Amino acid sequence: MRRQWVRRLLQAVPTLLGMSILIFGLVHLLPGDVTSALTGGEAGANASSEAALRKALGLNGSIPLQYWHFVTGLFSGHLGKSFVTGQSIATIMGGAIPITLEIALLASLMAVAVGMPLGVLSALKRNSASDLLGRVAGLVGLSVPNFWLATLALLATSRFFGWVPALEWTSFWSDPLENLSQAAVPAFCVSFYLLAMVMRMTRASMLEVLHEGYVRTARAKGAPERVVIVRHALRNSLIPVVTVVGTQVGSLMGGVTIIEVIFGIPGVGNTLINAVYTRDYPLIEVTAVFLAAVFVILNLAVDLVYGLLDPRLRAST
Amino acid sequence: MTLPAMTPGSAQASTLADVTPEIVQTNGSRRREIVRDFAHNRLGLVGLLIVVVTLLAAVIGPLLWHTSYSDQDATRLLSPRMSHPFGTDELGRDVFSRILHGALVSFEVSILAVLIAAAIGVPIGLVAAFYGSVLDGVLMRCIDILFAIPPLVLAILIAGLLGPSRINAMIAIGVVYAPPFARVVRGSALSIMTLPYVEAARALGVPRLTIMVRHLLRNIMGPLIVLITVYLSSAVLTEASLSFLGLGTQPPEPSWGSMLRDARAYMQIAPWLAIFPGAAIMLLVLGFNFLGDGLRDTLDPRSTHD
Repeated sequence: MRRQWVRRLLQAVPTLLGMSILIFGLVHLLPGDVTSALTGGEAGANASSEAALRKALGLNGSIPLQYWHFVTGLFSGHLGKSFVTGQSIATIMGGAIPITLEIALLASLMAVAVGMPLGVLSALKRNSASDLLGRVAGLVGLSVPNFWLATLALLATSRFFGWVPALEWTSFWSDPLENLSQAAVPAFCVSFYLLAMVMRMTRASMLEVLHEGYVRTARAKGAPERVVIVRHALRNSLIPVVTVVGTQVGSLMGGVTIIEVIFGIPGVGNTLINAVYTRDYPLIEVTAVFLAAVFVILNLAVDLVYGLLDPRLRAST
Repeated sequence: MTLPAMTPGSAQASTLADVTPEIVQTNGSRRREIVRDFAHNRLGLVGLLIVVVTLLAAVIGPLLWHTSYSDQDATRLLSPRMSHPFGTDELGRDVFSRILHGALVSFEVSILAVLIAAAIGVPIGLVAAFYGSVLDGVLMRCIDILFAIPPLVLAILIAGLLGPSRINAMIAIGVVYAPPFARVVRGSALSIMTLPYVEAARALGVPRLTIMVRHLLRNIMGPLIVLITVYLSSAVLTEASLSFLGLGTQPPEPSWGSMLRDARAYMQIAPWLAIFPGAAIMLLVLGFNFLGDGLRDTLDPRSTHD
């Protein structure tokens, strides 16, 4: 078991490295040089002032050297400064990261806490009216664009409850209740797709498992129905569900990005979009690498949980 | 050596080979069977209906409708009524005609983007499966790296850095969705590679390109068609997301995403501006999802479905 974990952890290293090279390469090699963007491409900006600007921005070395500075900066926390505001990127990220992680976490919790029971219910009452309703709702849930959902949520909450997103984000530690009331609606919008996915997968997986021999055996032994469902059926049906959730974490991180923009939440996604608008290259790099790293690490975590859930995997190592 | 024994459709062919166009062409009963199966798939039919109706509306609708998407009516922000079933926007333009034009944009971008994704992913998958060993390893590691970045984040990066435009959004979506094509094509091609007729073709000295195209590619058309349909729905959503963020189709040309973006400023006094474009996105995505599910059930008998 432990050997397998170590191997899986080591496998993530080249992926993370390759991902950072790809993002760095995209930002540095795509057309639209930053110095010409900053000098506005004016005729007055001569070669020497451009060279000085490059040096000030840390763009004077070769591309591999610049990449080396970028990666060592990621580990040492020397992330440089924003081209546009001059603010330290480490400070910007320090404020943004907890917000994004909180929303992503809340969204995942909502998806599992609501999607899984609905899926089980749908499977147990197969072909009933509520099952049909759940299945259709699941398919519709997969097709609703989350930014439309967020827009409608804003419309509805302001019309019927007089709730509008606060202008300033309150951190969890300074006022937990206020923080959660700010995060709940955005997190729900982020979670919607994942929720539908979890529900559909739980239903399909439960239906398969309920016909397995060990479920029949458990019933034959006289185990209470609740124990049969939860311990024997649900636990084993979780394995494919966990896998699917893992592959969908990417859409979750994308969802967080766009929802942050809509609700004006100062998280990493919102920072990324603003950096793209203003062509703030160092900030684009750091925010994009962070979002991708969370994706890779969560996928890794899902793989490890998978190992814990599946008794066959446990026994074989 | 008799060639007919090597063609798919012989006893050795796998279930995958049963869904090939070759069979469809040579064997009318198989084609009828596929059509009959699909005709019994209610969800798939609903999906097909949604997609066809939307396509017709996009292509023929603007010719029949009384205003064009850029005509400015004197009255702004009219609520829905007979002459303007979806109301008018902040510049007095008819929302219905803008939705119709937006459908055309959605189809154009998503179809071309998925074709780009297939054009990148399919050759990579075929080459990886055919040559194997080191080349396969290198190509698949590169694909893994592309998979390591959340799709929308990668699309935002590419579209944002190339500069906001419809073409760049298309390219971005195409690159983002290439990896799944490479993976699925590689996987399906690998299972075909082991079949005797491929081995026989190699032994006969058939050129590699011919084997890849005629024997591998033609025999994985079933899974490929399913994949294309599924990713059409993702492409519609991603295009709308990029346009919503201002990184896709640029004004004055309407797209569903950018209409939704513009609607937010007037949402409180004109909620219809926010409701109709989003509903249109959802309907088309739902149509492609249903169609994809239906096609999967019909063309890919190995996959079980609820």
